Amino acid sequence: MSVPSPSSSPASSAPASSAPAHPAIGFRDISIAFDIAGRNRFVAVQDVTLDVAEGEFVAIVGPTGSGKSTLLNAAAGLLTPAAGTVSIFGRPLSGLNAQAGYLFQQDALMPWKTAVENVAISLEAAGTRRAEARARARDWLARVGLAAFAERYPHTLSGGQRKRVALAQALIRDPRIILMDEPFGPLDAQTRLIMGELLLRLWSENRKAVLFVTHDLEEAISLADRVVILSAGPAARVVGDFPIALDRPRDIGELKVDPAFLAIHRDIWHLLKTEVLKAYSEIPTGDAP
Amino acid sequence: MKSWLLLALQVGVAVVLILAWHVVSTTNLFGDPKTMAFFFSTPSDVAAQVWDWFQGGTIWYNLWITLSEAALSFVIGAFAALVIGFWFARKPMLASVFDPYVKGANALPRVVLAPIFTLWFGLGIWSKVALGFTLVFFIVFFNVVQGVKEVDRTVLSNARMLGLNERQLLRHVYLPSALSWVFSSLHTSIGFAVVGAVVGEYLGSAAGLGYLIQQAEGMFDVAGVFAGMFVLAAFVILIDWGVTIAERRLLVWQPKGHHDT
Repeated sequence: MSVPSPSSSPASSAPASSAPAHPAIGFRDISIAFDIAGRNRFVAVQDVTLDVAEGEFVAIVGPTGSGKSTLLNAAAGLLTPAAGTVSIFGRPLSGLNAQAGYLFQQDALMPWKTAVENVAISLEAAGTRRAEARARARDWLARVGLAAFAERYPHTLSGGQRKRVALAQALIRDPRIILMDEPFGPLDAQTRLIMGELLLRLWSENRKAVLFVTHDLEEAISLADRVVILSAGPAARVVGDFPIALDRPRDIGELKVDPAFLAIHRDIWHLLKTEVLKAYSEIPTGDAP
Repeated sequence: MKSWLLLALQVGVAVVLILAWHVVSTTNLFGDPKTMAFFFSTPSDVAAQVWDWFQGGTIWYNLWITLSEAALSFVIGAFAALVIGFWFARKPMLASVFDPYVKGANALPRVVLAPIFTLWFGLGIWSKVALGFTLVFFIVFFNVVQGVKEVDRTVLSNARMLGLNERQLLRHVYLPSALSWVFSSLHTSIGFAVVGAVVGEYLGSAAGLGYLIQQAEGMFDVAGVFAGMFVLAAFVILIDWGVTIAERRLLVWQPKGHHDT
């Protein structure tokens, strides 16, 4: 394990060796702030420097309210940081990140479109002929195990099935970067396991840079190449960056009893726990932001 | 079986009401039957009048006129509201400038406009269409604005991340969202289209259900007034039934209807 000194000299801790020249996502001294009710300025994330190499699977873990999703939205171009730069394959990002597919925590499918229409929409928007787009969408639905559900509207699918559709919808464009915001958060434990394995299978067929946000440390370790720990917010920083030296392909179900997994988990949890406790002590009463 | 029971109960209500009416208007229990019949008519007279209308065939022409007025005011009103509602929802500045005028116009009782519309568009169907338009327009307009405003942020962000441009967002996200609001207010807006047509006819016309009722009133023909109201009520129920069917087809994607699961 390695706990880098906060912010100042980022390059040393990033695994720059394998990446050809530019990382897929490069955060440089990112700060993100919101104006919340009243005139307080709420700083969600401060001075975060982080690289995700091409083909690398990085998980960000942090307590509630640590600004994990905010970072993801900055990488997507859905929000602009107050300070610092986001670069995508070496180019500073302005506007939406066209290279990225985004898997949201909440339901993001268009409820008025069937599964196959939802998956095909990005291709049709890009000018692919409808018949071809639909055929490729069906292929993708088959790859996520939903071949029989192509004509269903989202509300007739279960939570896990909707996530599969969303996965197919994001991946069909073949984005070079995949951003995931606690995508399996609302699902039950077994479904999360299945979805994790599906994700790893699809990712190993065609390795993209993945930035995966979660509050579940076990999920992060079992999926990622690297786990990055954010401190408790506000003004969250990177407080830990752990390479996960577990062999691939991984069997997520088995992994949880693997001694190597448990050792890594123990190390990281030690650090994360202090942050989680801090987060709770800073929440005045009851509801978190 | 359950829907069968429901229908039986619904018919039962009508039977009880008509019986009560019959007793009031033809017996001595509540007063002299002649006076009572003058004020309330009798179920048999009303039925005879309705029968006459359908036998003679005059009613069909009047129904057709009312239906076309209502349909035209709905289609034109909904279309205009869709276009202008979208425009306002996408240009908040414009919406703020016009906000007091829209509210003011909506607060105006439309009946006072009827004579002006008659003056402008004559006694034919277009003055009624104009009246129905002013009713339908605002209902649909407010629903469109709301529908565009209430677009799910996540769905919108997702669509943008999927590479949809502004025009495609309009077509695939904003429009369906706004239409779902418009469809859910379809019963109200179509009801108002009929109200606009009938009120317009009532205030000055040469054909339509409102005209029939107004003519009967002019001659103290209470049976004719009631007959007109019954035909109008049946007409509205039929339209409403059609709307329900249309709604079920248009909103298949909404969770409410549990068919097709």
